Amino acid sequence: MFLNVGLLNNKRTITLNRNGTEPVIVVDGLTKVFGRFTAVDHLHFSVPRGEIFGFLGPNGAGKSTTIRMLCGLLSSTEGTATVGGYDINRDPERVRQNIGYMSQKFSLYKDLTVSENIAFFGGVYGLARTRLRERAAAVVRLAGLTGLEKRLAGTLSGAHQQRLALGCAILHEPPILFLDEPTSGVDPISRRLFWDLIQDMASRGVTVLVTTHFMDEAEFCGRIGFISGGRLVALDTPSALKRDAVREELYEVSLADMQGSRERVESVPGVVATSYFGRNLHVFCRPGTFTAESLQQALVRDGMGVQSVESVSVSLEDAFIRLAAPAGKAAA
Amino acid sequence: MKRFWAIFKKEFRQIARDPLSLGLLVFIPALLLILYGYALSFDVKHIRMAVVDYDRTQASREFLDSLFQNAYFDPAGVLGSIREADRVLDRGQARGVLVIPRGYDGALVRGGPVDVQVLIDGADATTANTTAGYLDALAEGATREAQWNMRQRSMAAPSLPAVLPIPRVWFNPELESARFLVPGLIALLLMLSAVVATSLSIVREKERETMEQMMVSPLRPEELVLGKTIPYVLICLVTMAMVLLLGYFLFGVAVRGSFLLLGLATLLFLFAALGMGVLISAITSSQQVAFQVAVIASLLPSIILSGFIFPIRNMPLPIQAITLVLAPRYFVSALRAIILKGAPFRAIWPDLLAMLILGAAFNLLAAHKTKKALWT
Repeated sequence: MFLNVGLLNNKRTITLNRNGTEPVIVVDGLTKVFGRFTAVDHLHFSVPRGEIFGFLGPNGAGKSTTIRMLCGLLSSTEGTATVGGYDINRDPERVRQNIGYMSQKFSLYKDLTVSENIAFFGGVYGLARTRLRERAAAVVRLAGLTGLEKRLAGTLSGAHQQRLALGCAILHEPPILFLDEPTSGVDPISRRLFWDLIQDMASRGVTVLVTTHFMDEAEFCGRIGFISGGRLVALDTPSALKRDAVREELYEVSLADMQGSRERVESVPGVVATSYFGRNLHVFCRPGTFTAESLQQALVRDGMGVQSVESVSVSLEDAFIRLAAPAGKAAA
Repeated sequence: MKRFWAIFKKEFRQIARDPLSLGLLVFIPALLLILYGYALSFDVKHIRMAVVDYDRTQASREFLDSLFQNAYFDPAGVLGSIREADRVLDRGQARGVLVIPRGYDGALVRGGPVDVQVLIDGADATTANTTAGYLDALAEGATREAQWNMRQRSMAAPSLPAVLPIPRVWFNPELESARFLVPGLIALLLMLSAVVATSLSIVREKERETMEQMMVSPLRPEELVLGKTIPYVLICLVTMAMVLLLGYFLFGVAVRGSFLLLGLATLLFLFAALGMGVLISAITSSQQVAFQVAVIASLLPSIILSGFIFPIRNMPLPIQAITLVLAPRYFVSALRAIILKGAPFRAIWPDLLAMLILGAAFNLLAAHKTKKALWT
């Protein structure tokens, strides 16, 4: 039924029921091939209204390419998607009216002032004068730029530029927001403030699709799609991912001498993979093979100076490291 | 419309805030006009001439007087013999040496031909040519005077050419370079603003990745391109007015033809030039490359191949063929016709039509490439 949304409501925004199950973004077999390289390989997923959908995966996995196709910046090689009920290939102009897009580059005019940037993007979105005045004031407040309206955008701090870029992207109050690594290069407190803004918008019904590398940010997402090699390898809520993505048992091992010991640990039968975790090693073991004590004994038997072995619960980071290289034994 | 205005306003703000582009658009044209107007002159005046007078008669003195009576020649001393000529030419004390042989007066009186020798420093071919031309005319005058004198004395007329060409130069009677150069300069300056500045302004958006932010908005390609080019059309018109004013006050070049026609020719030229600028911006992705391509594709041809300085008719045929697709060529020709001759529409419509066709071709290609480059 929701595939017909765009046809039923031939307007800028779609009226939706409040239960949040109606998909606003529907991705159907979306594929992008650059020459011989398949950047995005038959993606399928949908995002309901008001959800923060996190897109995670290693660099070059196809996250940005997917977002760029959904925004109409790139054409798809195969497959399609609807955004706000409009087909990205057939109706890209309607799609563009319904979305806000912000990338890690904070595309602002650094030689224009804060107000001039806002006025420009407001004009590009065709806002009427009175609405622009209202929205400009709202955006300045939201971005914490009060008193800085006359400053050149290029002289603002990274965090202020980021919030101004977000403000410019949402001037026209789009029901759908695409954020491509929006918090890169911004300090943790500002990142937190930024996510407060995003969550606030989502709670008011804005659908957000965001890519990130930060695990703490992934936790803010309603659901996470993990993409690797252009394919969606996992899609679930953060807690379900932590529960299900890793089938092995996880132990945190502290060794006296880390030098070269990772390969030795991985050569122990029953150990599936390892990854560094701070000064320690996370060791993924086949279920039922070890307890903390028996793993410690096995390592000591192999001649390693083991300081401690502790059974730990799987974090999102562990889950992603395992997901990024599911076939290989070792993961970076 | 609102979206167009947003870009239009933004563009002016950025131009005003960027000293480099402001300088490029305002000061460079003024500077170039003054430089070209004063320095690039083909007029040869004050040629220093030394003389060797072996005749020393009334007739030879009259001839020398007439030589130095005008602004073209300045006396650079009287030499005792032709052997000194080498020295003064070598040292650059004189650009030429005029040698009047013994028996000049006698030959004239007898009505026979007489040879006057001129040694010219040929290091500067243009000046040498002009000098020779002036002296030719001068000799002719001297001959006619001699003829007149002899008639007075009712003697037999000396042998003279029966038919003498008497050239009369129209539209620029003094053959002033500035008159000839100002129209060409307008073409050059407009090319500079239109092609280089426009292509840079679009590529800059790509380079700074602000283009992406515009492309995710409902902005349409034509709004973007118009918003980016119309400001430069206006700037070009201001530049044009400024050059015309400077040309009038500094070099006395007044527009003889209709301003309406001048405006039409300018708009057609800008149509072609801006199409080229947008085309360059579509196929390049950095300002540096765009600048180089723009200079090679527009500025150089508009200096060298437009007839601005070097007449197209004197070029080898293959190069003449290349000039056929260069808008400045038609613009320079139309401008000269309008400004110097006051030519009416029916005299210059082929130039206007050529610019219209070139403009349409550039713009179609530019629209196609831009669409492909931006909205893939």
